[in-house]
Amino acid sequence: MSTEVLLVEDSPGDVRLTREAFRDANESIHLHVAADGVEAMAFLRREGVHANAARPDLILLDLNLPKMDGRQVLALIKADPKLKTIPTVVLTTSELEADVATSYQLQVNCYLSKPAQWDAFATLVKSVIDFWLTKVKLPQQRTADDPSGV
Amino acid sequence: MKTNGGAGRAREVLLIEDSPGDVRLTQEAFRDVNQLVYLHVVNDGVEAMAFLKQEGKLTHAPRPDLILLDLNLPKMDGRQVLAQIKEDDNLKTIPTVILTTSEDQMDILKSYQLLANCYLTKPVELDQFESLVKSINEFWLTKVKLPQQAPN
Repeated sequence: MSTEVLLVEDSPGDVRLTREAFRDANESIHLHVAADGVEAMAFLRREGVHANAARPDLILLDLNLPKMDGRQVLALIKADPKLKTIPTVVLTTSELEADVATSYQLQVNCYLSKPAQWDAFATLVKSVIDFWLTKVKLPQQRTADDPSGV
Repeated sequence: MKTNGGAGRAREVLLIEDSPGDVRLTQEAFRDVNQLVYLHVVNDGVEAMAFLKQEGKLTHAPRPDLILLDLNLPKMDGRQVLAQIKEDDNLKTIPTVILTTSEDQMDILKSYQLLANCYLTKPVELDQFESLVKSINEFWLTKVKLPQQAPN
């Protein structure tokens, strides 16, 4: 069974780098991208055009997003009994202590700040893949009978 | 060769583990990769909560930067410890990593429902166990941004 990852990210450059890092990873990973907080929630709640969206095994979440801020998205995910079990990793440019503190108060699984250098960024994404998708035991959320994980 | 794989910062890690063999392996693995880890060990769930709440003779216990929590513990089970940590506004921000022999799907799911930060199963092989502890050090203690501790 493949692994589904939702990347919530508005910067096209960062999306591209992340896609490349995932492609290099050699695992069967499907990377879905939502470019703002509203789309992210619609994807996770399988609303509208996202009615058949796959349930992610992992969420990578930027904090500074248009339409609905990543902090709000995180709060909504962790307040929802159906979504809170999806490991959510904040991946953001912000290094503000307040953002780190707030994210952990909202029960983010972990907080990572994006390096400015592209190669360091790629290395970081690969370490996320290595740790979260090959070492961590993820909650099984889909079965052969129910691949969408409802 | 001993290296400092800790990106230069002292870290307090609380290991909640009743198996002496696993305690020792964990201590040795951290010692090999990160000289700046202070690994505190408690052997049951009751002592774990006393440590975290800084109660009784543990009044001066440091606040951990990271908790490694076994599920199967005497006196108070790790699942209860996890629930108590995550229900406590003061303690819930401490990243809590389940590190257990159980590969049971229900244990995994329940841990994430209780908002464990992540769930890892202990390998049986010595060198794989060591390698896993090193990965924990590398990811959680050198890459992740941890919440800054409030002064005690």
